[in-house]
Amino acid sequence: MIPLSHYLVVGALLFAISVVGIFLNRKNLVIILMAIELLLLAANMNFVAFSHYLGDLSGQVFVFFILTVAAAEAAIGLAILIVLFRTRRSINVQDLDRLRG
Amino acid sequence: MTLAQLNLSIVGPEIVVSVMACVILIVDLYCKSPRRAGPIYPLALITLMAGAVLSFGQWDQPSALALNGLVIGDPVAAILKAATCLGVAGVLLYSRDYAQARGLWRGEYLVLALFGAVGMMTMIGANHLLTIYVGLELLALCLYAMIGMQRDSVRAAEAAMKYFILGALASGVLLYGMSLLYGLTGSLALPAISAASASLTLDSLPLLVAIALIVAGLLFKLGAVPFHMWVPDVYDGSATATTLYLSAVPKLAAFAILLRLLGVGLGDWLTAWQDMLAVAAVLSIALGNIIAIAQRNIKRMLAYSTISHMGFLLLGFLGGNVHGYSAALSYVVIYATVTLGAFGIILVLSDSEFESDTLDDFKGLNQRHPWLAFLMLIVMFSLAGIPPTAGFFAKLLVLQSALESGFVGTVVFAVLLAVVGAFYYLRVVKLMYFDSLDDTVTSPEGEPGPTPRRSFLWVLSANILLLLGITPWVGSLVDWLSTALNDFGPI
Repeated sequence: MIPLSHYLVVGALLFAISVVGIFLNRKNLVIILMAIELLLLAANMNFVAFSHYLGDLSGQVFVFFILTVAAAEAAIGLAILIVLFRTRRSINVQDLDRLRG
Repeated sequence: MTLAQLNLSIVGPEIVVSVMACVILIVDLYCKSPRRAGPIYPLALITLMAGAVLSFGQWDQPSALALNGLVIGDPVAAILKAATCLGVAGVLLYSRDYAQARGLWRGEYLVLALFGAVGMMTMIGANHLLTIYVGLELLALCLYAMIGMQRDSVRAAEAAMKYFILGALASGVLLYGMSLLYGLTGSLALPAISAASASLTLDSLPLLVAIALIVAGLLFKLGAVPFHMWVPDVYDGSATATTLYLSAVPKLAAFAILLRLLGVGLGDWLTAWQDMLAVAAVLSIALGNIIAIAQRNIKRMLAYSTISHMGFLLLGFLGGNVHGYSAALSYVVIYATVTLGAFGIILVLSDSEFESDTLDDFKGLNQRHPWLAFLMLIVMFSLAGIPPTAGFFAKLLVLQSALESGFVGTVVFAVLLAVVGAFYYLRVVKLMYFDSLDDTVTSPEGEPGPTPRRSFLWVLSANILLLLGITPWVGSLVDWLSTALNDFGPI
């Protein structure tokens, strides 16, 4: 039996990777979208692990909702990415500099 | 489990608005004119009015749970839901001409606005972490899409992308905090989380991490420092109609989830989040008021002013008592009304080619539109908190509640910075009344500007005059709002 802490460590690692991916990435917006997915998966990992060890199903139900929302979010994120590419011809993070002040 | 036990009448307004939003989506298919909304606009307004009436009908009912404890129906939820529906209806009324001129006024825009309203109402009635999350995401996804719908605008696309990334990061952080809280308390329902506080003290590091992550996520959504980076860019980059939608009404829902999560769920761990909120409040008031001085664009200026207002809103939460919450409730209701008026005036002054969004566009407004200049004067006085406008009483109440909770230094600091803030609000008044019309910056051909729809002007005037006219009754308004919070708490 794998102890709960192992799952939590994996969840925390996923969380850390995705936050670092969002903040340190200076190149590509697609990578940021991937990092956002990873962020939600980190929370999912925690929910499933806790749900199993607590013997309580509600955490797993929550995961289904998160997965659904994550799919919708990815769809909207990619749509915005396409709009941005059409108007700007670039998906470089550093090119997002029209709004400042 | 029978249908009666689900207590569906409590979620009646949400059901009506979401069913009607689906109906409108289908009606839209059969509308011939693709650019104009046709029968959809009146349908949307009727839906929102029905939602408001249904919600308001519940305000004197005792608190009750619905949908197996996922949703709570209490007086404060009824009032906020009704205010949300009315606010969204006002937003649609104000946005119509502006959005039509820019090709934004399509069926989808209205449907997104309605689903966003459903998201806000879900957040307002939430009694469970799942409901909070689903409502939050429903609203956020609609907002991303509404900003991005202005497809030919480089600025709107950039604003949508920035909002999307930071909004998704915020919900991820909030969700991670929720997952830790679930692991620690073994439940997702807010009353059960609150009950777990008996056995779970603040010595445990995981609990502190969970609370910190949840507070960070909430501050992100609220737009308080240090998580405010998205606010100016999104306000500035979006079409003004969308800015109006996302600036005014969602603050009511943000107040509601703060109330539910911090007031009910984490209420017994007050000492953990109190100081975080105090720091965020002070920083928001300072940064918002000081950076707003440097802005030349009025949307950006109002964005920084929003940051400082969210700081004031947080002051009401510092004490963690019902007195403070009711002060914050009055604050957020008055704030939403003022913001509707402020962006309404920017929308009145814009026409199809002309965005009236720099401060210079307000130069000599008194010569062109004395009445609009007067309305803007009331809005600016109210935002600055100058008596006898409603904004003054709102600020007074939250400051008083923070003072009673012993945050003397914070209150003194907030008042001093409110004086700094008065500078940039009064600068707008000075531009309107004491500067002359500058030929280079007026609307094309020196025309007096667009002639807005009469219904628009009437509602806008009523909206703004309310801020002044409420003064004699502001005490009863506040009392009424506090009675809504009387039996507030986990049931």
